[in-house]
This record gives sequence, structure tokens and C-alpha cells, in this order.
Amino acid sequence: MATVEPEHPQGPVLALDGQIGLTDLDRLRRLLAGIGGAPRATVSLAGLQRLDCAAAWLLLAEQERLRQAGTELVIASVPPHALPLIEAVRANLDGAEAKPHRPLSPAMLLDRIGRRVADAGAFLRDLLQYLGLFAARLSNALRRPRSFHLTALVHHCEEVGLRAVPIVALMAFLIGVVLAFQGATQLRPFGAEIFVVELIAISILRELGILLTAIIVAGRTASAFTAAIGSMKMREEIDAMRTLRIDPADALVLPRLVALVITLPILGLVADVSGLIGGALMSWAELGISPAMFRTRLIEGTDPIHVVVGLVKAPVFALIIGIVGCRAGMQVGNSAESLGRMTSSAVVTAIFAVIVTDALFSILFAQVGL
Amino acid sequence: MTGAADMVIRIRGLENRFGPHVVHEGLDLDMRRGEVLGVVGGSGTGKSVLLRSIVGLRRPSAGRIEVFGEDMTGIDETRHAGIAARWGVMFQDGALFSSLTLRENVEVPLRAIDGLDPKTRRALADLKIAMVGLPPDAADTYPAELSGGMRKRAGLARALALDPEIVFLDEPTAGLDPIGASAFDRLMRDLVQALGLSVFLVTHDLDTLYALCDRVAVLAERRVLATGTLDDMLAVEHPWVRDYFHGPRGRAARRAPSGPGGR
Ligand SMILES: Nc1ncnc2c1ncn2[C@@H]1O[C@H](COP(=O)(O)OP(=O)(O)O)[C@@H](O)[C@H]1O
Ligand SMILES: [Mg+2]
Repeated sequence: MATVEPEHPQGPVLALDGQIGLTDLDRLRRLLAGIGGAPRATVSLAGLQRLDCAAAWLLLAEQERLRQAGTELVIASVPPHALPLIEAVRANLDGAEAKPHRPLSPAMLLDRIGRRVADAGAFLRDLLQYLGLFAARLSNALRRPRSFHLTALVHHCEEVGLRAVPIVALMAFLIGVVLAFQGATQLRPFGAEIFVVELIAISILRELGILLTAIIVAGRTASAFTAAIGSMKMREEIDAMRTLRIDPADALVLPRLVALVITLPILGLVADVSGLIGGALMSWAELGISPAMFRTRLIEGTDPIHVVVGLVKAPVFALIIGIVGCRAGMQVGNSAESLGRMTSSAVVTAIFAVIVTDALFSILFAQVGL
Repeated sequence: MTGAADMVIRIRGLENRFGPHVVHEGLDLDMRRGEVLGVVGGSGTGKSVLLRSIVGLRRPSAGRIEVFGEDMTGIDETRHAGIAARWGVMFQDGALFSSLTLRENVEVPLRAIDGLDPKTRRALADLKIAMVGLPPDAADTYPAELSGGMRKRAGLARALALDPEIVFLDEPTAGLDPIGASAFDRLMRDLVQALGLSVFLVTHDLDTLYALCDRVAVLAERRVLATGTLDDMLAVEHPWVRDYFHGPRGRAARRAPSGPGGR
């Protein structure tokens, strides 16, 4: 590909021939370094068949580097077919000066943390704003029922509520089974097997039934809300609604939130019943507590306030899940990537918020002595 | 001139079907080295499917596709990769990787080259970004931050990263405003000249055809109905071809002073 003539009267000459391209850069760089040092050197391209951008770039970049080092590199006998390429590369050489990477400085780190905190504040304010929007639209709909999208409400009740029944019931049933089994193992050494009924009843009715239901619904429904609203946002359907004077909050957000507020308590009740059934069956199998005895013990020994304490949380969880899901959908930009990102962030945020709220409820109920 | 050695793409008896739906049947097409071949046809006539078959994204139901004289049907993977390095494909919306910056996008094909140090790689990527007419500070942005026209240019820069001999373009000016579209036409014309490219250009855009193409192939009735220069197309007696080239837009594009002869 190359012959070098180091003793030429007008400085060393490197004659390139054949094809020179991307994979020859190292070799070319070494050859050029070999003829540097003299005040004048020449690269002859007379025999060149094909030159690509990478090789042309290297020739021109080295020419510049050698010029600064005091060597004039002459690119001679450029064949006509390579001329436009070399000119095009020369014209765009400025863009190709490799800029150094900006390292991460402490100030930038601080800046980033600050932005995150501010974002979190803005997020909470946003959620509150949606809550206010929901309240306003709901009161509006109550005053003028004709403006309410009843068909959408029924549809969402089916999607959010009815279709979630099997998974919620199965989950709660298994939780009941596990509690009974674990309780039996722990309580048997003390001869206190019979208290397994209270153990199951209180933990399911007060906490687990509704909390786990809310977590399942957060995973199922918050993501579905985000995906549905987000893909409409992506295709500008939301904007189209606005121009047709349909309010997206009325048409999309309100029915979804109302559907969740209606169905989540019902799902919680389903979970309670099915958890108790699972616990009763396991107690029967493992401890010989008959279903009749389980029932008597349940009615006599468990305060119904536990059911109320559990289910009163349901509408609050429903609002949190719905608002987080709908808001994330409205935040979707116009790329599929942002849809995916917002969907997964909606699920994580909803589950996290539900658990935090549950903790706050525990503190509240402890304070008022329930 | 039309010897087999000059053919970079040679298709014989190509057939593509999706279940009962036959898209191509007995399709023949030749593309010469160094030419810009415009592929036109109504929506759904299988232009994209043809392009995908040639670059190996779709296995044709039957027929023979030769690129650089090598049969691409039933070729093994390493040989295919060797040939694929000699072409570049630009998809409709650029198909940039959304999680990478423009420079990183252009660097992706360069990473496959052994012995290319990161600094050179970055410089070569920046060179290509400059050559497609993007400003230097665009290199550090992500695709989502750019306009459609800029994304297309970036997609072109990535397709050109390895200095391919053939470039496949699928509707490069679709979705661009007329000014952006003709800027893209000019850019392509300069690049074709500077880099000595052969271009397989799928397009609807009559202005692009007149600005760039040496030859046109019309896809209709599941095959290549006619090939030839734009002047040849005016004489073709087929309803679609006549409506396309003699319609109001066709006449307007023909009058515009931007034929390949006017370079
Ligand atoms: N993956 C696919 N499955 C089924 N049919 C397809 C598929 N891809 C393309 N087609 C069909 O092939 C035909 C040609 O498509 P295409 O090549 O995209 O048309 P165009 O010429 O507009 O680019 C269309 O009728 C389309 O329905
Ligand atoms: Mg297409």
C-alpha cells in the first residue's frame, strides 16, 4: 500500500497506492510519523484507487499537526476521483476536533441534587393540583349529571374492578393460608392454637387485605391508566379533544378516578373474605379448628372496628393510585420512550405512596386509639 | 457499461408473500455502480419490503438477490456481515438509538472496527456529523431533542459512518417541509459526488427524483414495471406511471431547474 523514499532531494516522499481506509489508520499514522521531522515532506496519492473519509481525515489532521511541529506536509498528485472527497472532509474538519469530555464536578453534583429535590416538591404540588381538579370536576358533575361520562365510568369499573377480582381473591386466599400455617407453627408450642383465628382476622382485616389489594391494583391499574392516557397524549388525541371542547379531565381522568374509588373498597372486601376463607381452611387442615368453630370465634373474638379501620383506607389509596397514574399519563411526551418511562415510574410511585400512606394511617389510628 | 461487474445489485425473480398476500412476484431489478436509483410506486406496493429484502432484514419467499456479485439468499452470517459493512441504511425517521447522543449513535458502527482508539472514533463521528450539515453542538444532544429533519441527517451520518459503497434511503424527505426537503436533496447530491456513493432511494417525492436520480424504477403490479431515465418514464403507457409523472406535481417538478444534469 505504500513506498517510502526517505532521501528525495525535496524531503521524504510517501507514495500511497491501492485502497486506504478505516482499517489502515494505525499503519498510515505510523508511516506519516516516519516522514515527519524534515522541514518538508510529501505524500503522493498518484496510485490511489480508493480513499475513504477516515483516511482523508487522518491525512488532513496529520498535515495540521505536522505544520504546528514545523514540517510542511504536501499532499501531491491527488487523483481526480479522490479530490471531491478530500475537499468535503477539509470543509468539515472543524467539526471533527475531538472535544474533551466534561468531567462531573462537585458543583454539578450539587446542582443535580438540588434539581431532584425541587422536582420532588413540584411533583407533590402537582398531585395536590390533580386532587383539586378531581374535586372540582366531581362537584361539577354532581351539579350537572348530564356532563358526566357514565359509559366510561361503567367501562372503567369493569376494567379496574371486575377484572381484578380473580387475582385479588387468589392473592388474599394464599395470604390467609400462609398466615394460618405460620401462626399454627408459632402458636402450637404454647398451646395457643385457637388464637390463630384472631391472628388471621386482625392482620387481614386491618392491614393486609386492603394493603395488598392496593398494591396489586397499583401495579395493574396505575400502569394501565398511564399507558392509555399517555398513548393518547403521544398521538395528540388529548390536544384534539381540547380543540373539540371536550375537557380531558372530564372525559379521561374523572371516570377513572371515580371507578377506582368505587371499586377499590369492594375489592378490599373481596380480599378480606377470601383471606378469611383461606385462613379458615388452613386452620381446619393444620390445627383441626372446624369452620364452625372458626366462625364462632371470629364473631365473638374480633371487633368489627378492624374491618372499618381497614376499608376506610381504601378510597384514599384509590385516589392516590388513580391520580399518580393519570398524572403520569399526562406527562408523557411525544416519544415512545417517555411512555415506557412514565408507565414504570407510575407503578413505582403509586406503590410507594400507598405504603407510605398506610404507615401514616397506622400512626393516626394509634393516636386516636382505634 | 452494463457489464455484470458494474452491477452492485442484481435481483432476479424475487417473490415476497405474507400468507396469501403476494407483494412481489417475478421482480427483476439492476442497480449500477455509482448511480442514484429512484424506486417509486404507490403506497403499499412493497418498496419498503423490497429494501428490507435486499439488506437482509427479510428473507424473500423465492428469487435471487446479488449484491456486489454475491448471492445474498442463503449466505452465511459472517459473509453477510462482511458485505453489510459495505452498505448503509437510513430508515424513515432516522431510527436513532434514543438512549444515545448523536455522536454515540454515529460511533456505534465504528465500534466494530478493531484498533480504532476512542479519540479517533469520536473525531470521525464528529466529521460525519459535520458532513451531513449538522452543527457541532448537536453531537451531544439526544435524538428526542431534535427536529425531524435533523434526526434524518443524523440517521444519514450513522449510515455513512463506515464509508459505505451503497446507501439505502427509505423516503428520506417524507415528513419534511419543502425547504428542509430540498436542503436534504442538495446535501445528498453533494455527498453522492464527494463520496462516490451508489444510492438506492425509495421516495414519493417527485422533486427529490428530479434533483437526484440518474434512473428510476417503477414498482407496480408486484414487479418492476419500468426502469429508465426520467425522460423515459414520460413515455411509459401505464395508468399509474402516467398519472404520477404527468400529473400536476410531476409537471411542476419537471419544470424546476434542478435535474442531475444541472449539477
Ligand atoms: N410484516 C408484514 N406483515 C404483513 N404484511 C406486510 C408486512 N410488511 C408489509 N406488508 C404488506 O406488504 C405491502 C407492502 O408494504 P410496504 O413495502 O411497506 O409498502 P410501501 O411501498 O408503501 O413501502 C403492504 O400491502 C403491506 O400490507
Ligand atoms: Mg414504505
